Amino acid sequence: MPATEDARTVVDLTALNQLIPALARRDYQVIGPTLRDGAIVYDTLRKLEDLPVGWTDEQEAGHYRLKKRDDRALFGYVVGPQSWKRFLHPPEVRLFEAQRHGGTFQILNNAGPPPRYAFVGVRACELAALQVQDRVLIEDRFTDSIYQGRRRQIFVVAVNCTLSAPTCFCASMKTGPRVSHSFDLALTEIIEKDHHQFVVEVGSLTGADVLREIEHREAPQNLCRQADEAVDRAALQVRNMDTTGIRELLYENFDHPRWDTVANRCLTCANCTMVCPTCFCTTVEDVSDVAGDHAERWRRWDSCFTQEFSYIHGGSVRTSAKARYRQWMTHKLASWIDQFGSSGCVGCGRCITWCPVGIDITEEVRAIREDTSIPKPTSTEDEDGDT
Amino acid sequence: MPPTAEESATNGGVCDPMLPNLYRVEAVLRETRDTFTFSLEAADGSPRPRFAPGQFSMLYVFGVGELPISISGDPEHSRLVYTVRSVGPATQALVSRRPGDSLGVRGPFGTAWPLMEARGKDVLIVAGGIGLAPLRPAIYQILRHRDDYVRLILLYGARSPQDLLYRKELNSWSRSPDTQVLTTVDYGGVNWRGRVGVVTTLFRHLRLHPDRTVALICGPELMMHYVIAELTQNRGVSVSDIYMSMERNMRCAVGFCGHCQYGPHFICKDGPVFSHATLRSLLEKHEL
Amino acid sequence: METLEPILAQHPFFEGLEPVYLKLLVGCASNVRFEAGAYIFRRGEEANQFYLLRHGRAALEIFAPQCPPITIATLEKDDVLGWSWVVAPYSWRLDARAVEPTRAIALDGKCLRTKCEENHDLGYELLKRFVHIVEQRLEATRLQLLDVYAPHR
Repeated sequence: MPATEDARTVVDLTALNQLIPALARRDYQVIGPTLRDGAIVYDTLRKLEDLPVGWTDEQEAGHYRLKKRDDRALFGYVVGPQSWKRFLHPPEVRLFEAQRHGGTFQILNNAGPPPRYAFVGVRACELAALQVQDRVLIEDRFTDSIYQGRRRQIFVVAVNCTLSAPTCFCASMKTGPRVSHSFDLALTEIIEKDHHQFVVEVGSLTGADVLREIEHREAPQNLCRQADEAVDRAALQVRNMDTTGIRELLYENFDHPRWDTVANRCLTCANCTMVCPTCFCTTVEDVSDVAGDHAERWRRWDSCFTQEFSYIHGGSVRTSAKARYRQWMTHKLASWIDQFGSSGCVGCGRCITWCPVGIDITEEVRAIREDTSIPKPTSTEDEDGDT
Repeated sequence: MPPTAEESATNGGVCDPMLPNLYRVEAVLRETRDTFTFSLEAADGSPRPRFAPGQFSMLYVFGVGELPISISGDPEHSRLVYTVRSVGPATQALVSRRPGDSLGVRGPFGTAWPLMEARGKDVLIVAGGIGLAPLRPAIYQILRHRDDYVRLILLYGARSPQDLLYRKELNSWSRSPDTQVLTTVDYGGVNWRGRVGVVTTLFRHLRLHPDRTVALICGPELMMHYVIAELTQNRGVSVSDIYMSMERNMRCAVGFCGHCQYGPHFICKDGPVFSHATLRSLLEKHEL
Repeated sequence: METLEPILAQHPFFEGLEPVYLKLLVGCASNVRFEAGAYIFRRGEEANQFYLLRHGRAALEIFAPQCPPITIATLEKDDVLGWSWVVAPYSWRLDARAVEPTRAIALDGKCLRTKCEENHDLGYELLKRFVHIVEQRLEATRLQLLDVYAPHR
């Protein structure tokens, strides 16, 4: 939906309290960031106070801590271990039920209507991830009706990041930090000593409709500039990924010794695939009751890091950790381009933060790029490996 | 002519490709000690979806699970036919179905053997073990439109004489004009008067015209590797005239579960039939 | 009686062989026939011939105690049977048996061995061809060993 003509508005914190009720009146289930178990996760929001007010996150490779801020910002953090995919592409969902009668059976296609979600606090990298998953699950040869049913209805309140974590690299992936598409409303939070305001951009007619129920006024130019500058600062990121020719780089370096180096650290714990907002792999599980008359087929998240992922009769194709790490990274950064026309990575940095051993995908790419010589056989005399 | 893979990959018109259609087992034929051929008809009597030779379906056994099985029947006959080898608990559950039992069927899915591209040429079919099953629909199609093709050569290898599939049909095919059928087994056993040796040993009996030959190959990946080496290195057949049917773990068959990826290709959507030219750079990679 | 020269000259195995060597081979060649079930040679016997099969089928077998003979491979028309004549200790490693009535051209390997010792060029030409046969048999045997059709656990 096109943004309405460059007419950004400003909403005070007090007025923003009208947002969630306005969404609830439209029968949305409002989901947004909230504090739980020492992390910022996505769950139901009933009021603005349910947000992690006054909290920020400290992220580095293999490191995540929450810290108190010295203000009461609503969105003063980046992204946590969860992504919106857990609502649109659920970790567990029933595909169908079946009932047996003797030697025959009936498939009962009795899934209820999909939930109607409003997402509050969606970051630019996450909007990019939504687009990536749309391409995979809706816009390819077949349509995933579960994803489509949920995706079609979401209301998106995006948030422009005004800070970035050291693990963020959306700027180099050209997916952020500025929100530019796929939202209904976009907020940029501005906190000062005596003002707590949000510059609001409308991204759709539905968004405009909701905004009508929230007190707002035209945003003065200096405030808009302040908002823009804050977002620009978030674009100054510690990490970056150079994606020039990355497809050829990874395809041609299938036997690069770097894969062995990273495999020595990788636990194949699959955390990266769980936290990644674009990973979509699933498996199916068939269960039946004890009597054997009632069966269900469930779909669950799966990960290419598991031993069984590539199993065909006789054994798995990718048995080593090396093969599995290489598969994940090559798919994410290279094969994805052939399959879906874009990178699978949006630069959110979750995989870096949540890897227990701190493997950094940007560093792995750099290491391969910087040494593209054909791997030499290691000398039997030389015990010092090539690092 | 049967539909192209594009035309038939619509899951038989059912909107949700993840929901099975109900079929009933009409007949079961025991081919060998562990391999059975099933003939299915739709539970509601409706005509089966059209399919192209080389395509596969996902067969659902109530409460047990689904398996990707190539269609092994005639594209012009009304029944859906599958040949299944029992190699584990899931296939064992499938082969224990008897006439009257129900199965769920999703599909057809995947790419087809290039029977249009092969017109006007010799068709060399090389099958190993259960690999003859996905090729049988192609053989039926070629024999039905015999004038569209020049020579038909079938090389077929199995583990032992007891494992040879479709023996009556092999006999009748060998009696068609301009058709050569050569069979061999890895292990002969007593009383076997036929050939013993791996399927690549059959090549020495052939004279091929490489510039007008299309090769269709299906069998264990290692066997396909050796057959392709023989064709490309010793016989001068072009990599774009050689087609193979690949296999990987499959959960959904519609490109969503991610399991069947082989390099950038989804075996369920971009395959299972591929030209060797497409896969050439991938086949030597270990643990791809 | 027809001369065997055209048959040998046209056989792919002898392609490119100098005419004078071909004549020599013809001099060592004779027609032979085997009934179905007859042994062509047995393991341990002196390997003094090799055969060009013209018709029928021969099985290479290994006999192990307590079980029937195992057929490792079969050979038929235009195949060359027997390379043990060219490698010391010149004794057959396997049994060869005609599966059906089989006709072949037998070549006197013992005589050829002597000639090859005298004429190394002839020896090299024959050795090149037989190494190729051994290589083909070895590769086929390796693939057979992998038992690619076996049901896996």
